[in-house]
Amino acid sequence: MTSPDLAEPGSLREWMARIPHQGAIGFELVEMGADFAVGRIPYRASLVGNPATGVVHGGIVTTLLDTVGGMAALARQGEFLVMATLDLRIDYLRPSTPGKDLAARVECYKLTRNIAFTRGFAFNEDPGDPLASMSATYMLNTPAARSSSGT
Amino acid sequence: MNGGAPAETGLEAIVLEARRTRDFARITEAIPYARFLGIDVDVKGDEITTCMRYRDDLIGNPALPALHGGTLGALLEHAAIFELLWTEEVKPLPKTINITVEYLRSARPRDTFARAEITKRGRRVANVYATAWQDRRDRPMAQAHAHFLLR
Repeated sequence: MTSPDLAEPGSLREWMARIPHQGAIGFELVEMGADFAVGRIPYRASLVGNPATGVVHGGIVTTLLDTVGGMAALARQGEFLVMATLDLRIDYLRPSTPGKDLAARVECYKLTRNIAFTRGFAFNEDPGDPLASMSATYMLNTPAARSSSGT
Repeated sequence: MNGGAPAETGLEAIVLEARRTRDFARITEAIPYARFLGIDVDVKGDEITTCMRYRDDLIGNPALPALHGGTLGALLEHAAIFELLWTEEVKPLPKTINITVEYLRSARPRDTFARAEITKRGRRVANVYATAWQDRRDRPMAQAHAHFLLR
């Protein structure tokens, strides 16, 4: 896979679309700023964790926040780098509203040569009414990825 | 009687029936997101092992290739909740308060297993540790610490 050009939003979306799991969950990249990213996963019955309430499983919130955190690190870096999540902490502030899409906005508040530090929130429609908060660190340009992707 | 009270159709009744018959599939089949990830549970004695069967659409990094980190977090959260439901007879469904996932190695395109242990169970909150591996249990791909609200 060739690396996407971050200056070209279409290029990044095309690259994301070739990632099998992003397609399987319907992930959409909504926005990338200088140091943040916003992403969304449409509500689907297959993502439900509690069939009695229709609330989505925490695991899909983990996937959304991990993905958007990685995009935030790319946004701040300004160029495409392969990275690996080191750790990801999520606090659940309230249940996700059944039937509503999941969205997340994550900021990369510090970038060093090796590590990206990120924090953000997941929400349904209103970013002011978060359902989860997250903080995650990513290791940049991981050697295993560098050698296997041939870049 | 016309089918019983609504509560009996909920997950609580399904868990009771699964425990009585020692057939964990009743639980995984009742959770749409567990089905979506291809999760099943092996029961041996008083130990349960949660397994995420490999499918192409779990891939998050096609260059390596590696499973999406979010799916590993989701597997660990499932394993932790299942441990509470199965061995601690927790009801209703535990709510995740927070979870920290640490990524240790990239997960290859193959089946992934997880086991959880309850570090402490209080009246309202349980602390659970879970670990996920592929070929060798002593070489984990990811681990998680989580708190769950039990009522």
